[in-house]
Amino acid sequence: MGMRKITYKDASAEALLMAMEEDKNVFLIGEGADHINGIGGQCLPAIRKFPDRVIDTPLSENGLTGFCVGAALNGMRPVLIHQRDDFMLLAMDQMFNQAAQLRYASGGRHRVPLTILSFIARRPGEGVTHSHSLQSIFAHFPGIKVGMPATAMDAKGMLLRAIFDDDPVIILEHRHNPLYNREEYVPAEHYETSLSSRVVLLGDDITIVTISITLLDALKASYDFLLEKVIFPEIIDLRWLRPLNIEPIIQSVKKTGKLLVVDTGWKSCSISSEIVALVAEQAHGHLKCPPRRIALPDAPCPASQYLEPLYHPNSEMIIQAVEEMVK
Amino acid sequence: MSVNELLKLYFEMLRIRMVEERLTDWCNKKLVNAPVHLSIGQEAVAVGIMAALNPEDKIISGHRCHAHYLAKGGDLKKMFAEILGKATGCCKGKGGTMHLFDDEAGHVISAPLVAASISFGVGLALSFKMKGENKIAVVFLGDGAVEEGIFWESINFASVFHLPVLFVCENNLYATHSHILQRQPSENITERVRPHKVNAHRINDGNNVFLVREIAKAKVELVRKGQPCFIEACTYRLREHWGVGEDWDLGYRSREEGEKWMEKSPLKQAEKTFLNRISAPMLHSKIKKMEEAIKKEIDEAEEFAFNSPQPPKEDLLSEVG
Repeated sequence: MGMRKITYKDASAEALLMAMEEDKNVFLIGEGADHINGIGGQCLPAIRKFPDRVIDTPLSENGLTGFCVGAALNGMRPVLIHQRDDFMLLAMDQMFNQAAQLRYASGGRHRVPLTILSFIARRPGEGVTHSHSLQSIFAHFPGIKVGMPATAMDAKGMLLRAIFDDDPVIILEHRHNPLYNREEYVPAEHYETSLSSRVVLLGDDITIVTISITLLDALKASYDFLLEKVIFPEIIDLRWLRPLNIEPIIQSVKKTGKLLVVDTGWKSCSISSEIVALVAEQAHGHLKCPPRRIALPDAPCPASQYLEPLYHPNSEMIIQAVEEMVK
Repeated sequence: MSVNELLKLYFEMLRIRMVEERLTDWCNKKLVNAPVHLSIGQEAVAVGIMAALNPEDKIISGHRCHAHYLAKGGDLKKMFAEILGKATGCCKGKGGTMHLFDDEAGHVISAPLVAASISFGVGLALSFKMKGENKIAVVFLGDGAVEEGIFWESINFASVFHLPVLFVCENNLYATHSHILQRQPSENITERVRPHKVNAHRINDGNNVFLVREIAKAKVELVRKGQPCFIEACTYRLREHWGVGEDWDLGYRSREEGEKWMEKSPLKQAEKTFLNRISAPMLHSKIKKMEEAIKKEIDEAEEFAFNSPQPPKEDLLSEVG
């Protein structure tokens, strides 16, 4: 395999271009998919090679989603790109009343191979409506897959998987600099990430389930501190919220007896709630202490650069929680 | 148009009317567990528009989709079976009366949440343009749909990208029980669409099937050249919003208003036109023959649908994705 070191962002851009090279029915559409910004630069390679198959659009999130459904019903594979996942709330009707349900409502005769690619744009100054992490509400609905890549490898592999899936898929990338511009070895050829969670680090003392960028926080906590203290966490990168691959988590908890879930979203009615509930249902007798969650506090995201850094989970919070749990 | 061509349009309208009257019988006998939205009184729009299309052209519809489905050539057996929730329905019973479609006939989809499916037609048209397919998309919507943002997003996008799409608005004056003037600044939707550089035309008598066909032919020609068009066909729903009864007693519209539209009903108007061309006995004998042929088709489809199997229990969780 041809491996090169490229960033998470470039791995995603490579997936977009590769899909378009492989299938003429793939096209990109979104607000700001222009030749200047190209949605954070991610569309630029595609725009250079296939200018007719990248559509810069009016500001119509809900409409665009419906246009993509219509095109998909005629055999196209649209990739609809929203600059921030907050903007997807304007398209809830088309995503969930329509795209997610048409296959079922047609007895399997309508297929909607639509990919919705968006970003969590965490950064000071962005504030409410521009930096939230809304994966849990998207994962509520049957009929649509939801994935959050936490590595450059998966940024490419999950996006390719999404584009060539025959059903709608939402991919939420994380734009926070430590992940977005992080370089990793990524295969040059086409590959697709399986619909499963991934055990990133093997350990016996505690199971840490991470979602999106929190993988980096958990790894940092482990390498900078926990391993030296002879605490061996087992880290599982969830990757897909739907379908939720709970089995590796159950197996891990049966071994460690302890569960910590770290999420980039709010706690209430969330993917972290869901994981704890499933573990309670399926591995309750194995738990040696109450499960814990690290997630956003119950407040919108502040814009101020003095407050915003206090808002997100970090490796110190993970270290503190783990130390208390393994005591 | 030759008398035979005219009669063909009449036949299509009569077929829709008779199918929905049979559904009325079923509902009155409590055989249907679904909110049917009847097109009785509005048949001319569906038939007139469809007569201007090529078989390869595609249509999209919403909750009141029976007439569009039938006029485009949708299979009656699959429609009846779907309404009865049977495994042989067009959606295997999982879509229901508001989700009728028939790919082979070119009825791509119906989606009932008002206005949602308008955008599908724009997307289809986008795909025709990108793939170089020589087809047009036709979107049927009601006057209530115009109040939704996605209608304007669709009109705007179709205009900016010069998409081959024809929007057909059946303005029947009421969204459920609310008159258009309670909801919009005027009864005329066309004048509000026009500034978007979509070629828009209001047909004051949308119950005149010959007129609808004539206007549609002209607009379809423009659409094929990449000029999106909008037709507002003024018409009137003679039955309740959903269900098969009349609803004059509810008080939101008067029987007098309804009676005026009954006089202008699509079938009545067409009959008057025929009488200028052929004798009354000749017309009546032709209509009688049509009725017999349609009744036979309906009887067969009814037997098929009622004798069809239920969906298997496994279907509850199949095709979720």
